[in-house]
Amino acid sequence: MKKNVLLLVLGLFLVASCETTSGVGDGTGAQGYTGDGSRSSLQDYLINEVGDRVYFETDKHNINSSSAFKLETQANWIKSTPGFTIILEGHCDERGTREYNLALGERRANSVKEFLVSLGVDASRIMTVSYGKERPAAEGSTSESWSENRRVVTVIGE
Amino acid sequence: MDLKKILIIFIFYIFSSDCKSEVRIDITEGNVNPIPIAILDFQNNSLEMNSLGKKISGVIRNNLERTGLFTNLRKETFITEKVNFNRKPDFSDWRVTTAQVLIHGRIIELDNKKISLEFRLWDVFQEKQMVAQQLQTNKNNWRRIAHVISDIIYSRITGESGYFDTRIVYISESGLKTKRKKRLAIMDQDGANHKFLTDGSYLALTPRFSPASQLVAYLSYFGRVPRIFLLDLETGKQKVLGDFPGMTFSPRFSPNGERLVMSLAREGNTDLYEMNLKSMNLSRLTKFKGIDTAPSYSPDGKDIVFESDRSGRQQIYTMNLKSKKIKRISFGKGKYATPVWSPRGDLIAFTKFLNGEFYIGVMYKDGKGERVVYKAYLVEGPTWAPNGRVLAFYSQNKTKKNITNPKIKVIDLTGRNLRELITPSDASDPAWSGLLP
Repeated sequence: MKKNVLLLVLGLFLVASCETTSGVGDGTGAQGYTGDGSRSSLQDYLINEVGDRVYFETDKHNINSSSAFKLETQANWIKSTPGFTIILEGHCDERGTREYNLALGERRANSVKEFLVSLGVDASRIMTVSYGKERPAAEGSTSESWSENRRVVTVIGE
Repeated sequence: MDLKKILIIFIFYIFSSDCKSEVRIDITEGNVNPIPIAILDFQNNSLEMNSLGKKISGVIRNNLERTGLFTNLRKETFITEKVNFNRKPDFSDWRVTTAQVLIHGRIIELDNKKISLEFRLWDVFQEKQMVAQQLQTNKNNWRRIAHVISDIIYSRITGESGYFDTRIVYISESGLKTKRKKRLAIMDQDGANHKFLTDGSYLALTPRFSPASQLVAYLSYFGRVPRIFLLDLETGKQKVLGDFPGMTFSPRFSPNGERLVMSLAREGNTDLYEMNLKSMNLSRLTKFKGIDTAPSYSPDGKDIVFESDRSGRQQIYTMNLKSKKIKRISFGKGKYATPVWSPRGDLIAFTKFLNGEFYIGVMYKDGKGERVVYKAYLVEGPTWAPNGRVLAFYSQNKTKKNITNPKIKVIDLTGRNLRELITPSDASDPAWSGLLP
């Protein structure tokens, strides 16, 4: 019990830091969800209040510190809101071969999964899928677009 | 498509002559000057057969011209457009046209359904008959007979086997980049007989042809789980290839079509596996923390070539399937990916990424003799024509803030003859079939 409180405090602290570093999360991420539990309401809350994605460097799959903050917010929210599963979608930019990107997307999704599990999210609530370079978030072929596309997006499962 | 319906009946060398050096193209040299050929329309007295004969000759001309090795002489330069099939042509008439090769023939309607084609191939300067053959098939199979004849001509003049009686399976693309629709599609190597094989409701990627049968393996997101599916082109039926924890992708058939090598990604690690398609037994080939993918068999099926980032970035490796011994073969600058073993066994085609550009290249199987065949902003996924002399791949160029839509290109190994394959929509991930049975 003591440990849980500690984690929660740590979580709130991290959310607060997150607000200043990336603007994602409103500091109540772990408790603030008051929706009806439907998939679309959970998805909306995840996108708008919790933050649904983290980004990666070229060819990398490690969780950097800014991603760690975001994922801690996510983990807290997921743990405090039972009744749904998540799908982690791994994506890459277009500057790689198709097969390698499929593998890299899986690797990225898995490293987010491991991170969430290490924060106490039940592994059975998490699925991963790789889209390689098939589903970019940004249309362009610029370095800005590529950074936006090297991502793992958390999606509420069906 | 009617497979196995072409009957090659007999060869008649009624006009044999002594063996002088005949017209011949060494395609390894990269012909700068294509040789001039005269292909006459296949003749018949009936209007219907005459027009079919014209179409068949047209397909043959188009096939040969696209190799870059031949140039078709225009009809207007011909002194005559009719050559009696049973007599030697008047070669002086043909020499003045500059034609080095003359092809003429006739088409005969055997019954309501069947046609017979007879043709002769002449070396104009040696005045020597190089080929004379008769072929029979169903009328609706006329395109295939044109491809078979093209292969006979190509093969007789180059000494290499042909690749016209083949098909290409690929991914047809449309829509916004962020919501791209990707459908499995198939066409003849010249773009004719185009057909969609999936409806586009799920992503389809990286199809591969079995060299020995009418099976296609591809990556399908059907049910939102990316897995390898096997599609039988003759029955139209498809099935998922086994049920594995994790994602299966990057399939490639063994040369005899009995085995399949692929990647399986699980818990952040991608390794290679081989599946026996008869017993459905699975064996693990690599066990390494890192990405091992894009495997391809050697023509004898004893080795594979694949890419791995085990050294820190993508490089090409070979593995003996018996000893499981792995050897790195690429050592150049940049990242090396998607190696594909030539059906001839001598070369390995690959994709390379270096300083912001992609390359298609070839190297010997020991990694030596690396040579670039094509370069573009984004180009990847080479596939060999069954004679190992021609490659297809897809490419995209850079525009100011975006890239052009993907198109399939075909290039000969000298890199001199580049052609775009015309497809109804954007196209990527081509895979060449073997010669049709």
